[in-house]
Amino acid sequence: MRTAFKATKFPRRDLLKAGGALIIGFSWRGALFAQGQDAVGFIAGPDQPDPNRLDTWLAIHADNTATIFMGFVELGQGASTALLQLAAEELDLDMSQVKSVRVETHTAPNQGGTVAGSAVMRGGPRIRAAAAEARLALLALASKKLNVPVDHLAVSKGIVTVVDKPNRSVTYGELVGGKTLGVPFTGKAPLKRPSEYKIVGTRVPRNDIPDKVSGKYVYAQHVRAPGMLHGRIVRPRGQGAYGAGATVVDIDESSIRNIPGVRVIRKRDFVGVVASGEWEAIRAAQQLKVTWGTTASLPGNAGLYEKMRTETTTDTVALERGDVASVLGRAAHVVSKSYRCPYQSHAPFGPNCALADVQPDSALVVCSTQNIYLTRDKVGKVLGIPVDKIRIQYYEGSGTFGHSCHDDAAEAAAILSQAVGKPVRVQFMRWDEHGWDNYGPAHLAEVRAGIDVDGNHLRAEGSRDHDRGESYTTAAVYRDPLPLSNASLIHHCPKGRGEAAAETCGSFEAQLIWQADQIEIRTMNRDVLG
Amino acid sequence: MSSEIKIKVNERLWPVTSSPDTPLLYVLSNELLLQGPRFGCGLAQCGSCSVLVDGVETRSCVTPVGSLAGKSITTLEGLPAWYAKQNGLRKPPALHPVQQAFIDEQAVQCGYCYNGMIIKASELLSKVPRPTEAQIRSAMNGHLCRCGTYPRILKAIVRASQTTSVPPK
Repeated sequence: MRTAFKATKFPRRDLLKAGGALIIGFSWRGALFAQGQDAVGFIAGPDQPDPNRLDTWLAIHADNTATIFMGFVELGQGASTALLQLAAEELDLDMSQVKSVRVETHTAPNQGGTVAGSAVMRGGPRIRAAAAEARLALLALASKKLNVPVDHLAVSKGIVTVVDKPNRSVTYGELVGGKTLGVPFTGKAPLKRPSEYKIVGTRVPRNDIPDKVSGKYVYAQHVRAPGMLHGRIVRPRGQGAYGAGATVVDIDESSIRNIPGVRVIRKRDFVGVVASGEWEAIRAAQQLKVTWGTTASLPGNAGLYEKMRTETTTDTVALERGDVASVLGRAAHVVSKSYRCPYQSHAPFGPNCALADVQPDSALVVCSTQNIYLTRDKVGKVLGIPVDKIRIQYYEGSGTFGHSCHDDAAEAAAILSQAVGKPVRVQFMRWDEHGWDNYGPAHLAEVRAGIDVDGNHLRAEGSRDHDRGESYTTAAVYRDPLPLSNASLIHHCPKGRGEAAAETCGSFEAQLIWQADQIEIRTMNRDVLG
Repeated sequence: MSSEIKIKVNERLWPVTSSPDTPLLYVLSNELLLQGPRFGCGLAQCGSCSVLVDGVETRSCVTPVGSLAGKSITTLEGLPAWYAKQNGLRKPPALHPVQQAFIDEQAVQCGYCYNGMIIKASELLSKVPRPTEAQIRSAMNGHLCRCGTYPRILKAIVRASQTTSVPPK
């Protein structure tokens, strides 16, 4: 029930070959670029699987099953099931014949972050194409083996059969027979047509739920290592501006003298405690008297939106389509509305937790994160260890809307483990997580919308993010049908914040409802309004 | 800091090495290595650490382990056996009906709070086998789900209540 914790050995995908695996993957290019360059390009290097190598994306095993390597993590959104559906569909395998493995650096493809609810949209095309390509390669092998042209073959559940001769068949597993396929990937394998889908579009039960309800699911909070210590961080209580932390003036270690076996660790302005018992670590962190040079303070919410409206911002025009200003000037109906959204905590249900085992020249960190490779970069910086010697293992944590203190917990565990030379598990407490969370910025959208006498829908939209000093505007004249969302603006604004898309979309959709009402009113009153 | 404390968890007696003031949660997690009860808020506000103590839902994150002598603690892991015992079944089912209902309804997202959801719903059904929706809402009121799966939790508990045995009087 415990997870093995071996920091010394880095995983090698080659191990799969020992199980008689066909290892196939594909290069990232061609049609997949159609997702747009923002769809997280790959970085190939010695410290992560080469996306151009065949073994990066999936492996077919001798037992006629497949392992799919995903760069996207399960956050409770069901991505680990949905992405397998895509693979099984293209491979003509059953859902019972496909599985994924833990997402970790060195073995998982670097697909960037699992953000903005886009794992299927961004991760899906690659997995789909890899699976289709693998199927083609396997059919070519089967054609040779069965001595019939490929177009005389049919596949079901990984069993390739000669059409009309069901007794002549061979399985994917038998075809691979412990060898690698070694075919170049073109990215051009035809994908199934939706009308051919057997698995995609059906209701497949999520594969993580049975373990989640029975207590077998291993969350990041559950992972333990032999000989590990429990750590807690010490920060001033309250809320502080992210990136403007407090400085340590003095630490009074005598304040925790009554708690045995606790070590206080300080690295510049980072303060933490470690103890063999978790309760001792918790008590020590709460009781330790630290004099802070600056105290946590934020200006509060009073007058926030007025300040946002008037502050100097860097303005970006995200979209300009048609002469909105002049068309709005002759619109029959114009309504101006503003939509406001306060600072939002990511507020994971259970605060973040990480376990680190730092050796002099390498490190293993178990944590919840939305981006293993980004977390690795950050951990590398605080440890001073090259990233190719740092392994980040993803374990699901508790639900959070966006990038909460994932990296903070990983960094804290890494610093403490490096200091004491033993594995350290750090569980953030509620006040650590909420007080110093990288809050989603406050958001203000101002929308003017109108309908002109010709039935054109007009919108001029502007939005601002507080504390980033950024504002975005978009203006467009639309003819029917009114777009459900302005993809261009949602994409650009606010930049890089998936969770803020909710605010952006929310304001647009509210406005859309108003515009729809106007259409209805106009339709109902056509005789009167002309 | 050794002590003579023994606690009964899932029908087994366990010696405890933690000090008596240690909250039960940390003993269950670090000494018994159980994964059902888990740290959420540490303040008895969210319910993710819940266990049954003599059949009553209890927040293990604030309950000193020293206060539990002679009591029977049931965690998520022991729920099917607890259910069997309650209902005079010869053999524990693979899952408590509430657990099964959460699978059937595909209710879970991250699932972190579901330990508490299942413990609380099981406690409710042990007392009120056929609760009204209002009774379910009222009972579950102190358990938080960050993913917002409440409607499915409600549906799953209704479903479970339709398959739950009614304990013999």
